[in-house]
Amino acid sequence: MTTTTTAAPPAAPGEVTPAEPRRRRNLTPWWLLLPGLLWLIVFFLAPILTSVLASVQSGNSDMGYQLTWDWGNYQHAIADYLPQYGHSLLYSVLCTVFCLVLGYPTAYFIAFKGGQWKSLLMALVVVPSFTSFLIRTIAWKTILSDNGPIVHTLNSLHVIPLTTALGWTTGNHVLASPAAVVCGMTYNFLPFTILPLYTSLEKIDPRLHEAGSDLYCSPFTTWRRITLPLSMPGVVGGTLLTFIPAVGDYINAQLLGNPNTGVVGQKIEDLFLRQTSGYPVGSAISVVLMAGTLILVLLYIRKAGTEDLL
Amino acid sequence: MTTATATTPSSPSTPSAPGAAPSPGAWARIGGWIRAHLLAAVTFLVFVFMLAPNLVILWMSFNQPVGRFDYDWNKFSLSAWANPCASSEMCSSLGLSVQIGLLATIVATALGTMIAFAMVRHRFKARSGINSLLFLPMAAPEVVMGATLAALFFNTIGPGSMGFVTITIAHVMFCLSYVVVTVKARLAGMDPTLEAAAGDLYATPLQTFRKVTLPLVAPGIAAAALLSFALSVDDYIITVFTAGQRETFPMYIWGSVQRAYPAQIDVIGSLMLIVTMVIIALSQWLGRARAKSAH
Repeated sequence: MTTTTTAAPPAAPGEVTPAEPRRRRNLTPWWLLLPGLLWLIVFFLAPILTSVLASVQSGNSDMGYQLTWDWGNYQHAIADYLPQYGHSLLYSVLCTVFCLVLGYPTAYFIAFKGGQWKSLLMALVVVPSFTSFLIRTIAWKTILSDNGPIVHTLNSLHVIPLTTALGWTTGNHVLASPAAVVCGMTYNFLPFTILPLYTSLEKIDPRLHEAGSDLYCSPFTTWRRITLPLSMPGVVGGTLLTFIPAVGDYINAQLLGNPNTGVVGQKIEDLFLRQTSGYPVGSAISVVLMAGTLILVLLYIRKAGTEDLL
Repeated sequence: MTTATATTPSSPSTPSAPGAAPSPGAWARIGGWIRAHLLAAVTFLVFVFMLAPNLVILWMSFNQPVGRFDYDWNKFSLSAWANPCASSEMCSSLGLSVQIGLLATIVATALGTMIAFAMVRHRFKARSGINSLLFLPMAAPEVVMGATLAALFFNTIGPGSMGFVTITIAHVMFCLSYVVVTVKARLAGMDPTLEAAAGDLYATPLQTFRKVTLPLVAPGIAAAALLSFALSVDDYIITVFTAGQRETFPMYIWGSVQRAYPAQIDVIGSLMLIVTMVIIALSQWLGRARAKSAH
């Protein structure tokens, strides 16, 4: 099977000439893979390489860009945008934590108490996403607006002065504040947390819970010692599916935040599309963002993969 | 077991059902009751959280805007529903998004299905490497993919030539991995003996593929196509980096936050939800009808 010319795969029904189809059969997967892989190589891998090269160019859109190996772009890319990196990291970590805190009980409920409603409830998780996410994010402007019931209630409970003191909200408003950005992000990415959590929780045999309680485990201990470890693949998957896109997200920061909640993505778009000489630095920022995300994800996978979290 | 669970009202299968001494049993029962109801309450609130924007969109689509921005309720009106294409730019951008979505869906589904067949049906070297290459586009932040593609197009064809083709190329790129994952799952779950049986009954490989394999994989391919279309029509970030002067529907919405936010956008948003629900209901109904006729 391993050599290319001599091996004949066992069952090949309906083949007449033995020599020619044997070779064709070995090449078949490559013909199937070729167009798709070429597409990914040319439009996914090559652009990354181009970006690394672009990040050490200098010039502007009128004069053209030259490859000058100007590593100073990286100095700008890192030193000039520290607050934005901070915001991107903080918001995406908070969003991931909130998604897990809200998504785990939901996935647990659907998986173990959903009964005949299971598939309907899971459809309800996914179906809202079919309305454009931009329209849904803008709807949060209505929900969180100053005249809306939420802000009204929070104000009459005197919660907002407290959150303003903590820097989560601004003035008497929830909109245009870090709280609104994190709320929007949590909303946007929650289905991406629930789906993998549900998949791994659903596989767990509920009799294990009974076994746990038969052995005098409290419900919490049963969850901690049995359910949680068995659902770790879902936790890891959900965390990655939420954290990685959240790091790059700037839709929520732009629509629900204010100029002080800027994130890295906004800066990249600005440098690429609105500034005449911005795109080498923009490329440097995206390389930094990509590398940073990759390192964080690898560290997390290593941590979550080798030892139990509790 | 059974006597203890009878007292927990909501769920007979509460895992905390105690089997022994009354004191820990009672505690476990109280814990179970709280947990069952707390769980239900949290789940309910999460669903409210997830569905609230959709309800707001439907509600606001009947709003008579007071100014250029109608984030707050003014008064009931059917004018947006009566004339959804009041803004011709909105509808032309929607048309562009649908065109790109259809083209990207066809290409991505074809290429992705071929990859899925190669990955499931064949064993070859570099399989794990190709698997990682397929996984990466799903893991990369969108803004990074957009920026790197923009850098590629800037350096090769120049910013002026970007438009329909570059957007479609980008959309095929990010849809491809999702198609592979979806079709692979369906293929991997297929019973291989069915194809072997077709071969035993003297079907040629082509006949086997047409009459056995394809109908069995079709739901997976359809799901992948639907997913690709939804991803493509909804994408903003990668599109804005590859669009040049063209404006897709998400880009129109984005711009409308600065210009004016017509209630027609909420009409389209509501229609998207309604059409999706109809498609899902239809596919459920068709699936059931087919399952019935098969017996």
